[in-house]
Order: sequence, then structure tokens, then C-alpha cells
Amino acid sequence: MAKQYETVIGLEVHVELATATKIFCGCSTKFGGAPNTHTCPVCTGMPGSLPVLNKQVVEYALALGLAANCQVNRTCKFDRKNYFYPDNPQNYQISQLYLPICYDGFLEIETAAGSKKIRIHEMHMEEDAGKLIHDEWEDCSLVDYNRSGVPLVEIVSEPDMRNAEEVIAYLEKLRMICQYLGVSDCKLQEGSMRADVNLSVREVGSEKFGTRTEMKNLNSFKAIARAIEGERERQIELLEEGKEVLQETRRWDDNKEYSYAMRSKEDAKDYRYFPDPDLPPVFISQEWIDRIEEQQPEMQEEKAARYEKEYGLSAYDASLITQSKHMADLFEETAKESKNPKKAANWFIGETFRLLKERGMDAEELQFTPKHLADLIAAVEKGEVNNQNAKKVFEKIFDEDVEPCAYIEANGLKTVEDTGMLETVVDKVLAENPKTVEEYHSGKTKVLGFLVGQVMKQMKGKANPASVNKMLLEKL
Amino acid sequence: MDLKDLSALNLARAIKRGEAGVKDAVKISLEQIKKADGTVHAFLETDEKKIYDRVKEVEAGIRSGKYTGPLAGVPVAVKDNICTAGRKTTCASRILENFVPTYDAEAVKKLEQAGMVIIGKTNMDEFAMGSTTETSAFGITRNPWNTNKVPGGSSGGSCAAVAAGEAFAALGSDTGGSIRQPSSYCGVTGMKPTYGTVSRYGLIAYASSLDQIGPVGKNVEDCAALLEVIAGYDPKDSTSVQRKDLNFTDALKKDLRGVKIGIPKEYLSEGLDEDVKKALVDAVQLMSQNGAIVEFFSLGLVDYVIPAYYIIASAEASSNLARFDGVKYGFRSKEFEGLHDMYKKTRAEGFGEEVKRRILLGSFVLSSGYYDAYYLKALKVKAMIKKAFDDAFVKYDMILAPAAPSTAPEVGSSLQDPLKMYLSDVYTAGVNLAGLPAISVPCGKDRNGMPIGLQFIGDCFQEKKILQASYAYEQIRGEFPMAYKKEGK
Repeated sequence: MAKQYETVIGLEVHVELATATKIFCGCSTKFGGAPNTHTCPVCTGMPGSLPVLNKQVVEYALALGLAANCQVNRTCKFDRKNYFYPDNPQNYQISQLYLPICYDGFLEIETAAGSKKIRIHEMHMEEDAGKLIHDEWEDCSLVDYNRSGVPLVEIVSEPDMRNAEEVIAYLEKLRMICQYLGVSDCKLQEGSMRADVNLSVREVGSEKFGTRTEMKNLNSFKAIARAIEGERERQIELLEEGKEVLQETRRWDDNKEYSYAMRSKEDAKDYRYFPDPDLPPVFISQEWIDRIEEQQPEMQEEKAARYEKEYGLSAYDASLITQSKHMADLFEETAKESKNPKKAANWFIGETFRLLKERGMDAEELQFTPKHLADLIAAVEKGEVNNQNAKKVFEKIFDEDVEPCAYIEANGLKTVEDTGMLETVVDKVLAENPKTVEEYHSGKTKVLGFLVGQVMKQMKGKANPASVNKMLLEKL
Repeated sequence: MDLKDLSALNLARAIKRGEAGVKDAVKISLEQIKKADGTVHAFLETDEKKIYDRVKEVEAGIRSGKYTGPLAGVPVAVKDNICTAGRKTTCASRILENFVPTYDAEAVKKLEQAGMVIIGKTNMDEFAMGSTTETSAFGITRNPWNTNKVPGGSSGGSCAAVAAGEAFAALGSDTGGSIRQPSSYCGVTGMKPTYGTVSRYGLIAYASSLDQIGPVGKNVEDCAALLEVIAGYDPKDSTSVQRKDLNFTDALKKDLRGVKIGIPKEYLSEGLDEDVKKALVDAVQLMSQNGAIVEFFSLGLVDYVIPAYYIIASAEASSNLARFDGVKYGFRSKEFEGLHDMYKKTRAEGFGEEVKRRILLGSFVLSSGYYDAYYLKALKVKAMIKKAFDDAFVKYDMILAPAAPSTAPEVGSSLQDPLKMYLSDVYTAGVNLAGLPAISVPCGKDRNGMPIGLQFIGDCFQEKKILQASYAYEQIRGEFPMAYKKEGK
């Protein structure tokens, strides 16, 4: 009988904090400036420059730690991680090894198998490195230090996950918390959230962990899921062949769906960590923790509960809408503008989710103005546009954030209230379909729908179905 | 009155009274540099055009009332590990040979705000690593008292410049004695403030937890005044301390009555030169006669100072100097293949032997498997040494010590035996480990006429106590002429 294997996964997640300035200097953290424009002597490692800790970084890290049920190291310290690389201007990264800001937390995740606690080993603050660009034409490398010194929090989980579904659920939960706290936008593609996967396999029932590998370069949830599957298979294959899994760092190539060994444990770097003498320890008082605790914003569970109570949404709908803080914000604004929360919710649950799926988009990418959706809801209510056309208009709002009333007008989607024209068309349809009229009079009232459809067709969809219905009944 | 012989404060007074111009003061320094620096080589850079541009600015500033401080108009030299915007700052290293900072060190900013004129950048041991100024990549500095002798180090250039009359005062930096020991060798007064008193922003780090910028002058009063100029909280330096007792010159009273002074017995044991010991004993006698209460006591842990100091300083240096890699600024090797070869060749060619020795030592003590045995243990020893000093300061207002075990050695005699050179930091490095203030004041000469320094060590933030006592001692001692006065040099 074939052996049964269990996958054991732990994650190291880097989250870029959304502070306005860098962790150790006053430079902007804005993404995408011209190379080396958001720099100063500190973040380019000029001689004689000194780091000064950005207090906001500590506050964000604390907020995240508390939201993830962590303990706080009341005295935390920064350490230097020494290694040479040109994207690292000082040739050491200021990080935390010996006394990280938070430890011993957990996140509760939901999967098809139910809910599960994933323990968090620790969370620490550190600085990001710059970016290297290799110029193939000139055969030289260029470095951009704009990102150097952007604050990061690294969240290290315990090896508590057993499959890709749990991993994705954990990452989504973490991302949701970050977004609710406003500490990070957590965009995998832009690198503001990066996950390294530590994975090993063992025979089901075994107490001992297998040898693990660390997988890097995972740029989307899908890539993570594929990498987990790929690495699990690779390791099982090795074991089945009686070979050993080597402890090493591997790089995932999502195009080839294969990972390559980067470095093994033998040539693992000695980072010569030691406490950074330029930065005194950070003392975190109970008052400070209390204040952060008090300032924590409404999180997803609370928000969903409020939507149920305040807006009368179902638990399911409220939960769906609040999975993304961004979507919840759009919804709430729309509800307020339209004074019709239920209708607003329907647009999110129905069309918004449908279009997101169709476009392969993330809820964070939603761009439309809530007022536009509110105006559309109002137009439907007033009968100015019928449901079918409203969906078309919404698609335009979704894609291009058009102003709905102007768009309806410009594209002739407005419901025609011209009873004269409607009457002509109704008469024409009745005259063209004597058989159907006969069937109606013989009691088959269902055919009314067909007649309404015919009228709508000839009206090019611009009639108000209620009016068509009414006029048909009168004429019949 | 010869302007050259004035103290920095008296020169500034003369300028204020209109008896001398800033230009005259600067001329004196520049002429003296022309005369003496060919041999002494205290300076790595003097830029006459920049200096005279600055003179105009300062003269106007004094007239307009912008510069009213007690040192306005005084030419001052700055050690070449302290950044000066638009002026080369090399740390006397090949690897920073052409490095021009875009920013001023905070201490330099303060010199400028006080209306002082930076006369030049002074030679030093490469990256402040050394005790003789012989590890400079740009030639040694010689002792103005006897040019066959070293000036000490690493702030040898700054101390020699003051001794040679080339500058009225100077800034040095002190990590394990780098201001006090060369002050002792050159017969000038030099002070290391309490850690955190002077901003380290713009001081190119050797050992961040020990480095402090401090003043070098002709006498205690000048040092106190210069320290007053450069001290102060700086939000750009996270180790900077907020303190309100920076009016150091107010402490200068000629009074030693009731001052309780302790002398560690261990400091007088083997290794201390007889002449230095005699000068110390004479000074102690003089102070006792004037009301000081002097006692010998056991400080303890003295044998552990040097090992702890060299482990901690080298560990920090190995990391601090990692940024000099040929990527962003400074020297890059001409020929290399690929990144790692570039790193290796640049650093192999760019750093001198002593710097490489300390980088290797520091990398070793931080490497995994040795961290606990060396670095962590050294940190524990550091804390114990601090405690030993704390205990001493319960009983004594200050501690008296030699600044160095001997007077200046011959040029070329120290580098063959680095370990012996390291051991000569025994009276100074403990002060850095404990973060204390200390000042070295000339107290005599050896049989060959080389100056000897007496070190006053105070508790943290007790600069005023040691300034008062050293000032009082200086008054009792009488005049101690600068080296250039000897044989009318």
C-alpha cells in the first residue's frame, strides 16, 4: 500500500507598512518615483549618517501584533544583519533578531474543513532593500535606493498549515487584517506583501518533522498554491526513491511550474547578527499598548455584525461584503449616498462579484465612485432605466467609473415614457400576433410575458416594463 | 602681544574688541601650517580659498551680531573622520580618498553657527584605528615636540596641529583614548565628553557605542568653551542625550578644596613608565596641598578593559565599515571580474593593514558559534566595568589616572607589535566602555622633554566636576607652553 504523506507548512510573510516616510529617515515611501529621488544620506548608507526610528512603524507593528493576538516585548531592540549586496547600501540590514516587537500570537482561519488556529511565532520590524536592475545592453547593474529603508514587518508563523487552502486562508486573513488596520495595502504583485513558504512532508502519523525547504519568489496566491503542490510532489518523489530532502532555499518559477535550488544549508550565510549600537532599545509602556488597543479600528467581524444590525443585511451578505475593507468602504458610502443599503448590497453581492470574477480582478482594485452607483440605484428606482440596461450601465461604472445619468442619456438607454409611441408599438404587436392574443383570451395568461418581450424588443429595450404591462392589459 | 600665543578664547576676545581681525587669526594659522606642516603633517587638507571666503562671512557675521559666541572668529581644525559638506572627508583611508560629503556633521554645523573658521582637516589613524597616526594612508604625522616621535592617535593630527600652533583648537574623536592619548603625547588639553553629549551625526563611525567627538585645545578653558559649542541634543542621533547642564565654562573655578579624588592602584602597577608615574605623583601632591583629598583604591577589572574594548570596537567596526564596498562612493578597484571580485579587490586595496586586522577580528567575534563566547561576554564585561566605575563614584568625585603608560614612542616602533600598542589604551579605553567624560591635561615632561598628560575621569554627566578640578590644577601648575614655543619653532 502506498504511503500517505502529510504536508507541513510554515510561512514567513513580509508586509510593507503604509507609513508616509521610511523607517529610519524622513524620505518618502511613495512607490514609483524616478530612481534615487526618495533618498538621503541615511537610506543610501552614506558615511556618518545615523538611523532614527520612525515611531509610526512601531505603532503599526503594534497594531498588527495586537490584532494577531500577539504578546508584546516591552523592550524590543534592533539588530544588524550583515551581508554584502549592492541593493543594501550599508551592507547590513537593520532588523530584529534577539528581541522582536511581538511574539506568540495566532490567526483564526476558515476553510471548508472548518476553523483552525494558526500560531504566530514572532513579528519583527526591519528595513527594505533597494532595487537592482540589470542593464543587459550596457552589461552593468543599476541600483535604485527609493525602496531602501521602506518599513517592513515580517510575520513568522509556526508550521501549523497542512495544505495550500490553509495557506491561502491564512494569507487572506493576514491581508484582511492589515487592510482593516490600514497598516499595509498588501499587494503581492507590487511586492508590498511577500510570502516565503517553508515546507516539509512526513508520513501521516509521524511525530517528527521532515526536512524543510524554503520557497521564494511567490508573486500571487495562485503561484503559492502551485508552488506548494509542486514542492510537495517533489519531496514525496525524493522520499519514495529513498533519497533525502536537502535543507535549502529554492526559487519558484511560476512559468515553468518548477523550483530551483538557490543555496543549501551548507553555504547558508552567517549574518553575524548583533544589536545595532546606533539604535537604543524601544521601551513599550502598557499605556502605549492600551492606546493602540483603543485606537484599533472596526475589524471585519464587527463591521459585518453592524451591517446586519444597521442595514438589515443577511449574515452571509454582510460577511461577503466585508471580506475586503475597500469593498466595505465603497458599499457603506454607496448605502449612505443612496439611502438604500439593501439595494446597494445587492449590487455588490451580485454584479460587483460577478464582474470581479469575470475580469479576474481583486476587490482591492475596485475603482468606482460610490456616488455613481448610488445615482444608478436612484435612476432604477425612479424607473428611468430598466434593470437590464442598469446592468449595462453598472458595467461601465465598474470599468470606467462613468457618471450614470449622463451615460444613460448619451447612449439612449433612458426608459421611454412617451405613451403615444408605446401605444403605437403595442397596437402593432397585438396586430402582428393575433394567435397569441387569442390564446390569452382563452385563459393562457402566461403568454402576456411573450407580448411584453415583443414590445420591449421593438422599443429597443427603452420602455419601462411596468408601463408596457399596464398598457397591454388595457388593450387586451 | 603675539596673537599666535593667545588661547582660543583670548583670540576671540581680541577679535571682538577689534584688536585683531578674523583674517589675521587665519593668517597666523596658515603661515604656521606653511612653516611647520611640511614636517609635522598634521593636515590632510587646507583650502585657502574656502577659508578666506569663510573669513569674509565671519567678519560680517561678527559685525552684524550674528556671531556673538565666545569663540567667534577662531580658526579650528577638524579631524578627517568628521564630515564637512563640499570638503573631502577621507578618514585617512585610500577607500575614501576622494569622498566629498554632501552634508556637514552636526558638530561642524555648530562650529559654523558659533562663527568659527575651519582651517583644515587633520590627519589621523585610518578610520581612527591606531594609537600613533601612523596607519594613515596619506603619510604619518610627527610630534611637534620631537619629530622623531609619533603624536599619538588616532586624533594625532588634531593634537599636533594645536601643539604646533597651526590651529587654536581642534575637534578630535575618542573611541578608546583617541583624543586623550595624543593630547598627552603632544602636551595639549583634550577631552572626551560623556557618551551622547556631542552628536555623532556625520562622524564616520568606528565603534558606534564608544565614539564621541571632543575638543582639543591649549588649555582647559578653551576645551570647556569648545565643548559648549559642539554639545547638545540632536534628534538625528538616537544615542544623543538631552541635558540641561551644558554651560561648562561656568564651572571653571580655581578651587580644589574638599574634592575627593581616587586613584586606582592597578594603574600604578607594572607597565607604567617611571617618569609618567613621577609626574602623576607630583601632580597629586600639588593637588593635595591645595585641598584635594586623594586616596588610592582598587577599581578592579582593569585587566579586562583591553580585551573587552577590542572585541566590542572591532565587532562594531566590522559592520560599520561594510558600507565601503566600491559600489556607491569612494575607491573602486580598477580590475575585477564580477561583483564579489570587485568587493574583495576594492576592500583589499582600499583598506590598510590595521583596519583589515580589526575587520577580521570583528567578523570573527560576531560569527555564529563565537558570538556568545566573545561578543556577548565582552558586553557583560562592559557592564561590569561600568558598575566598577559607578561604585568608585559613590566614594570619589573623580578618578585620576595617567592618559597613557608612557610618553610618545619613536616613529616606526609601534606597528610591529600591535598587541603592545593595544595594551597602551589601558587607562583610556575603560572610560569609553563606561561612557564617562575624561580630560587629559599636561602635567610635566619626561627625561627627554616629552610631555605627559594627567587624566581626570568623571562620572557620567559630571563634566563640570572634572573641568573645575583640571582647571584648578592647571592654574596651580602654571603655564605649559605649546610645542612651537620650544626653540622658537
